[in-house]
Amino acid sequence: MSKPVVATASLAGCFGCHMSLLDIDERILKLIELVEFNKSPIDDIKTFTKQCDIGLIEGGCCNSENVENLRLFRKHCKVLIAVGECAIMGGLPAMRNGIPVKECLEEAYLNCPTVDDNIIPNDDELPMILDRVYPCHEIVKIDYFLPGCPPRADLIWEALVALLTGKELNLPYEVVKFD
Amino acid sequence: MGREDTIVKQVVSKYNNDKTRLMDIITDVQNELGCVSDETIRHIASQLQISSVDVEGVVTFYHFFSKTPRGKYTVYLNSSAVAVMKGRTAVAKAFEEAAGCKFGSTTPDGAIGLYNTSCIGMNDQEPAAIINGVVFTNLTPQKAKELVAGMKAGKHVQEMVTEFGDGANQSELIRSMVKNNIMRKGSVIFAPYELGSALAAALSRKPDDVIEEMKIANLRGRGGAGFPTGMKWDFCRKSEGTKKYVICNADEGEPGTFKDRVILTELPSMLFEGMAIGGYAVGANEGIIYLRAEYLYLKKYLEKVLSDMRAKNLLGKNILGKGFDFDIRIQMGAGAYVCGEESALIESAEGKRGEPRNRPPFPVQKGYLGYPTTVNNVETFCCAVRIMLEGGEWFKKMGTAQSAGTKLLSVSGDCEKPGVYEVEFGITVQTLLEMVGGRTAKAVQIGGPSGNCIGKKDFGRRICYDDLATGGSIIVIGQQRDLFEIVHNFMDFFVEESCGWCVPCRAGNVILKERLEKIMSGKASLKDIDELESWCKIVKAMSRCGLGQTSPNPIYTTIQNFRDIYEAKVAKDVDYVTSFDLLAAVQESCKIAGRIPNVEEH
Repeated sequence: MSKPVVATASLAGCFGCHMSLLDIDERILKLIELVEFNKSPIDDIKTFTKQCDIGLIEGGCCNSENVENLRLFRKHCKVLIAVGECAIMGGLPAMRNGIPVKECLEEAYLNCPTVDDNIIPNDDELPMILDRVYPCHEIVKIDYFLPGCPPRADLIWEALVALLTGKELNLPYEVVKFD
Repeated sequence: MGREDTIVKQVVSKYNNDKTRLMDIITDVQNELGCVSDETIRHIASQLQISSVDVEGVVTFYHFFSKTPRGKYTVYLNSSAVAVMKGRTAVAKAFEEAAGCKFGSTTPDGAIGLYNTSCIGMNDQEPAAIINGVVFTNLTPQKAKELVAGMKAGKHVQEMVTEFGDGANQSELIRSMVKNNIMRKGSVIFAPYELGSALAAALSRKPDDVIEEMKIANLRGRGGAGFPTGMKWDFCRKSEGTKKYVICNADEGEPGTFKDRVILTELPSMLFEGMAIGGYAVGANEGIIYLRAEYLYLKKYLEKVLSDMRAKNLLGKNILGKGFDFDIRIQMGAGAYVCGEESALIESAEGKRGEPRNRPPFPVQKGYLGYPTTVNNVETFCCAVRIMLEGGEWFKKMGTAQSAGTKLLSVSGDCEKPGVYEVEFGITVQTLLEMVGGRTAKAVQIGGPSGNCIGKKDFGRRICYDDLATGGSIIVIGQQRDLFEIVHNFMDFFVEESCGWCVPCRAGNVILKERLEKIMSGKASLKDIDELESWCKIVKAMSRCGLGQTSPNPIYTTIQNFRDIYEAKVAKDVDYVTSFDLLAAVQESCKIAGRIPNVEEH
């Protein structure tokens, strides 16, 4: 029997959630036994080559490319999981949501003391910036949410194993408590 | 030394450099200077020897304080749901067209400022606005134009009041067009009473006996929460303290309630007498009435009533020769719904942001300035007066087992006879609707936005603490109304009024409103209704004070009682619908960058 296939992506995130995934330490060997990775920074596969069972999404959507990627994941993954604060609520990038886009762009590209090219990037190849940062569930259906900034390695591990084996999730209080 | 500095010094010294009087200091300074700028904030802070942040925190907390000028004439137009029902939108448009500026701004010449404000306690005569402290009711687009013309001609605001309301609204010190609309008189509040008789009766008995009488009467707080008054007074009496305080909560802010306004207009001496009785019972010599800023127009009149009572020895030293001293001062609020919560009210009266305190300690243990304090509603004090005259047993005979006595109801909305009704507790909604001429109602909002929105199947239920509790607000909603618009208006109100201290209320109300909007837009599934309901439960369970614990109610109770209108909005055959529109979301940034949105590939 072929192994379940997992894909991962970091959208408007910091890769911290992926780092946390790596924090499962030696269990990564067991994970490789359990699953096969497809599109993911972990194996550097850039495009989907087949339908996947589980998609892990880090980060929310701040531009059109994030949206496109997220929609691709929804199309290719049976189960889609929002991993971490940014995917679930927008997180740190969403701090710009209270500031008009115009002000953000002007501050970043025109008024910032370290810029000397006074132009707001407008190449058609560049992703288009969204009016605000969106959490993933506002754009596609999300099946599960793993909270944390980042979610602890144990939480990611337990959730994956539970999904893969059908066992009940074992979540001690410390693993999901954050303050 | 600049003018600003001089004024700040004068005002601060008027209040003896007392930082707990910061509300009054800011009010007076703003009256002189038109606003409280950063510069002024620094002056006030240095005079009071507190940090600028403390002053700025207060200035920015209250609706009626402003860091920028809001015009020589400042129009605060009520934005409550009932105002909208009664034609507020057209009135607002007329104001904007005539004045030449949008709501939320001031004309370029600084003459006229147009601002929205939450319910101003005039729901039975909406649309209404407050202009420089003067109330204008039953506005029409035509009247709005005339008012602006008057302002442009430089008329004094009071000159523009051409007709007066009934009763004491006509008195020399009020001169207001506000109407009392007392539609039904009962035997507790609106029955004849002789000034001073209840106080004389109380002072001839021991304080413990006075408290006992309240307990026999089973008097419960009329603000809405229904805490037993006798028990509250007893706790306060037994608390250790070198001083004690009696505070009257006249911060009637729940949208749709205005019955305290009518008491303050027609029966202020009964209220003050009740406060004195409370003071005698708990052992306090000082009382404060916390009056909402919207009722500023009653202040001079209330001051006169207080001085008349002092002259009659019903307040002041050695009252009625019985050796009891008690006096009352008026503390003005500055526009904040949350200050109706007793601990937030105390914070505000101490010159701070009106943020609720952690309890315990309760105000009866550590209240105003740390002294044991009893905070009671306007109507509660009036009930205490009647109980002193007629006895607890008499009082208890009215109403239901758990809810004794009568209750003042402020009825507004789609009914023929809006106004104040004094009814016995236990009246059914149906009976009330017949009384007020609203029998065709589709829904009734009991207890204001924080209460319960019920439909026809519940019209047989009773208004009392054990069934449908209310502080007095009853909004009749006619068949022609879109309930979603009303619920949305209520959520706007709570988003605006959350004090921001705790996350579940500050963020939760915004989340609730956004998710409601998703359903209203029709881009939602059945799951969105369930999720919205879950969010209601989270915000109710996690919030720190009554505001967040009840703010989900407009949504929560309409999902319960009118689930069909929610289901009619959503797709039923799919489990997920997004309201995201990529093209719309990139529109603005593309325009700024000068590129054409291309969303085909996505």
